Amino acid sequence: MSTATESASKQTWYSSLVAFFSKWGTIITIIALLIFFSATMPSFRTGSNMVTIMRSISIVTVIATGITVSLTVDGFDLSVGSVATFAVALIMSFFVWYGWGTIPAIIVTLLVTLIVAVVNSFLIVKLRIYDLLATLATMFIFEGVAMTYTGGGSISQGMPRLDGTPTTGTIPPEFRLIGQSPYIIIIMLVIVTIVHIFLTYTKHGRYLYIVGGNREAARLSGIPVNRYRTLAYFLSTLLAAMGGIMLGARIGSAQINAGAGYLMPAVAAAFIGFSVAGIKKPNAIGTLIGAILVGLLENGLIMMSVPYYSLNIIKGLVLAIALAITYYRKHD
Amino acid sequence: MEPKHRLDMKGISIEFPGVKALDQVDFSVQSGEIHALVGANGAGKSTLMKILGGAYGHYQGDIYFDGKKVDIRYPADAKALGIDVVYQEVDTALIPYLTVAENIMLDKMANEMKGKHFIRWGDIHRSAQEVMKQVGIQLDTHTLVQDLTLAQKQMVLIARALATNTNFLVLDEPTAPLSQTETEELFRLMRDLAQNQGVGIVFISHRLPEIFEICENITILRDGKVVAETTIDQLTQQKLVELMLGRRFEETYPKMQAPIGDVIFEVRNLNEEYGRVRNVSFSVRSGEIVGITGLVGAGKTELCKTLFGAYPIQSGEILLNGKPLKMKSPHAAVQQGVALVPEERRKEGVLVEEPVFVNLTLPSLDRFTRGPAFVDTRAERATARQVIQDLGIRTPSENQKVAYLSGGNQQKVAVGKWLIADAEIYIFDEPTKGVDVGAKHDIFELIGELAKQGKGVIYASSEIPEILDISDRIYVMYDYAIVKEFETSEATEEAILFYSAGGQQ
Repeated sequence: MSTATESASKQTWYSSLVAFFSKWGTIITIIALLIFFSATMPSFRTGSNMVTIMRSISIVTVIATGITVSLTVDGFDLSVGSVATFAVALIMSFFVWYGWGTIPAIIVTLLVTLIVAVVNSFLIVKLRIYDLLATLATMFIFEGVAMTYTGGGSISQGMPRLDGTPTTGTIPPEFRLIGQSPYIIIIMLVIVTIVHIFLTYTKHGRYLYIVGGNREAARLSGIPVNRYRTLAYFLSTLLAAMGGIMLGARIGSAQINAGAGYLMPAVAAAFIGFSVAGIKKPNAIGTLIGAILVGLLENGLIMMSVPYYSLNIIKGLVLAIALAITYYRKHD
Repeated sequence: MEPKHRLDMKGISIEFPGVKALDQVDFSVQSGEIHALVGANGAGKSTLMKILGGAYGHYQGDIYFDGKKVDIRYPADAKALGIDVVYQEVDTALIPYLTVAENIMLDKMANEMKGKHFIRWGDIHRSAQEVMKQVGIQLDTHTLVQDLTLAQKQMVLIARALATNTNFLVLDEPTAPLSQTETEELFRLMRDLAQNQGVGIVFISHRLPEIFEICENITILRDGKVVAETTIDQLTQQKLVELMLGRRFEETYPKMQAPIGDVIFEVRNLNEEYGRVRNVSFSVRSGEIVGITGLVGAGKTELCKTLFGAYPIQSGEILLNGKPLKMKSPHAAVQQGVALVPEERRKEGVLVEEPVFVNLTLPSLDRFTRGPAFVDTRAERATARQVIQDLGIRTPSENQKVAYLSGGNQQKVAVGKWLIADAEIYIFDEPTKGVDVGAKHDIFELIGELAKQGKGVIYASSEIPEILDISDRIYVMYDYAIVKEFETSEATEEAILFYSAGGQQ
């Protein structure tokens, strides 16, 4: 009997350690990385480098909050990278090809990209295709749409269109401000705060989580399930498009597949965010912390002169670890 | 005759977050015996059997097989000793898109194919055929499990248990979804297994007459402790209920008389899109409890879901206070004052991963918002505490996850959320399924209370005595249609059964 109690207490000790790490592991890792990089590289510690890190994660974070919203309804939006690409192409064309001002360009870009949300929710809610597969399809479709729209090339100021027509439009300097610190960081923080408040403190946020938790029970409780699933995909597209606009402001041109590279770190950030502080649900603050971890790692490794072409190995590993923490549960 | 075996569980204790589910429990069963394990909801019956089946590895205490100490921590450990558990939720244990044969032979295919890589389909179907013959069920082994009835699924699960060498078979509330004839069929099988094949059977049920009919020995649990272990002939039903509840208990539920008013809810020639409701017409008056009964599979659940907008309507009308309702979805139904407590509690009635208060306020969250849509959790919690108190929901607090509540208390949550929502018409689909007598009493009182407030209640159940106890009027269903209407005062169990079974006069 006494040995049984002993082994039981050992077991609880072990499982509470596991629980502690799955709760606080992300934050501990961030602190550990900060200490390690600071100790090995004096230049890392500088305030300007911290700002650089925050600036570099801004776009990833905003796109990742989009994925986060799609995760709340137990969905998954893979098309966010293509939405960002599409948004960059649109807004640059509005500036360079048509000479529009900042405000109308942003508004029209956000509206047009919502076509992706319409297609996504039609495939997922009406035709009942699995989220992951439906958005895999739209990911390709809108990558193609963006590329077709730009004629398979990039758009930048002063560059003629592919058919040789010269362009006269310019990128407004106030638009470029969006891509610079501190504005880009402030925009990110505002977006994260709004999404956090929306998900945590409003009726709609509660319903999104409930729909994700048990769709049939939610339906039989009188929640308009399809409406909320559609809402989730509209929000994820909207947030991804905002990320795309920030990206356009940052690089000042539309490159082929500009947004594609943001998909993986955004997925990683959203999944790391699951477990932060033991929330065990997709959430905006956690996603921000996840993005910080990914950005920190990337920044530190680049400064340690790990070649850029090897970075994906690290990023992939971080994603694997984040998924492991999310899905690993002691069997009970 | 198989060799005799004996299984002893000694001093079993187990804890879950916030609850000590079992406390120093002793339990024994031997070959050839049918042993009843009874107790109120939350007494720990299913937990004890899950430990025996290896589903919970973190218990304390010892298990002896034929007097030798054994360590059961994983399902495979239990299987190796020939212990098979058929759990309450049959659907979780079956693979719907595989055939009957594959499902029956699943354990064998999973555990006895070491070193082999190719499946002989002929053998699989032949062996499955054989086991099914032994169990006495007739099914095409090529049928997909998703096309079976609940009763057939249960038989498939029992057949699977028997496909491997079985010494002990645990049946956790196997009769809950079964009709009378199906139950008798199951009992025939259980007797055959115990007497002729020397299997030791542990039988869990809330239906007391069944226990007296089939079991020899009985162990009674209350609040995670054994309160009695005896032979069944030492007990009366009355005494058994007292032991389970720890208090005296009146056997019948005094029907609360509510003043019955005018017709408030009317259904005219209702047909469901896929024929799951056929030309149904009936009415409910204010303050009236209308019973809908019939055998399992007669279409009660389908009718409830159609009335709630969860199944599509092909033709017909539903009127509330003379106004036709548009039942496009459950959302529309709730908006128009119709509430449903569904049959599949854990899948449809409650969100087990959410705390009690979130479940309770779910359909009426609009009432707990400030400003544009901000949820006022303080008001939410206060209301939840009130409901917990009113319904006597046993939970440490309103923040407890529903998963940690017992079946009866989960059901009270499933009912409670509609009390806050304040509907006009309440539809209950088998609300006492898997609920002990104490909680059943509470639920009956609650339904009586609703009627008193002038609500209309539709109470669907295949438990005829219950329907006779609680309803004012009864509709009998057979083959997706209403075949007979009774005033409860004029109905008898025999007459209802006659019409339920398709009898015609």
